[in-house]
Amino acid sequence: MKSAVIVFPASNCDRDIAVALEQATGKKPAMVWHGETDLPDADFYALPGGFSYGDYLRAGAMAAKSPILRAVIDKAKSGAPLIGVCNGFQILCETGLLPGVLLRNANLNFVCRTVTLKVENTQSMFTSGYSKGDYVNFPVAHHDGNYFADDETLDRLEGEGRVSLRYVDNPNGSARNIAGLISDGGNVMGLMPHPERVISPLLGGADGAAFFKNIVEAVS
Amino acid sequence: MKAKITITLKNGVLDPQGAAIENALAGLGFDGAESVRQGKVIEMKLAETDEAAARAKAEEMCKKLLANPVMENFAIEILA
Repeated sequence: MKSAVIVFPASNCDRDIAVALEQATGKKPAMVWHGETDLPDADFYALPGGFSYGDYLRAGAMAAKSPILRAVIDKAKSGAPLIGVCNGFQILCETGLLPGVLLRNANLNFVCRTVTLKVENTQSMFTSGYSKGDYVNFPVAHHDGNYFADDETLDRLEGEGRVSLRYVDNPNGSARNIAGLISDGGNVMGLMPHPERVISPLLGGADGAAFFKNIVEAVS
Repeated sequence: MKAKITITLKNGVLDPQGAAIENALAGLGFDGAESVRQGKVIEMKLAETDEAAARAKAEEMCKKLLANPVMENFAIEILA
């Protein structure tokens, strides 16, 4: 399976997710700079965490308008699997590929700790390796992770089973404890926690290794 | 022409920074300051010489980049 990671100025989890994808697929992913206009052919695309463009204007806003994102949006609309982690989730919301927005954390604190997440939906390729009600532990590290959408949108997301991960103990004020979401087409996922940071017991946990392995199996 | 664009959070969108400012104001003894909301102002010069055209361009900028309609409203002032 071929994968590609998009790299923005001030991405800082691009290498982490590249290592996680290499571990899961056996191949180094292509690293694609934000100024490019064409994407390499791949089976899986990732928008990494970080603070693209310094979070100027709004988190993810500038990255969502960068040249490469036009190609990423086209790929996603044609059904290619795409994941956005942390800043990647913020970028996905700014593009409109996922609904809603990530606001400043309700407690105003930068939260940086491991959180427990409940797997809510196992229909998508991102979570099909889990059983509903499974728990995973991934770290969070963000200042703007407070998921917000209007009640109508939240009801629709819940009704369509698109809330894939929920915080057990909400660290940031997110509406309905939402930590991860799936697009209406099922091929795009955004999540604030960082599975790519826990891919080996040496790093404090291996729940992320299983997360990526499950995705690779579902996509392959 | 110059444009001054004011971006504010929509009603109902949590504004913890506004709440923190409100608390700090109360701590300084400014009684009665309520519903404090923080926004941002963006100013720019525009090549347009016609007010309507300048406004239309600024509005397009707001819709495409400067404001996120999920959480923000914007107001445009065109200054000579």
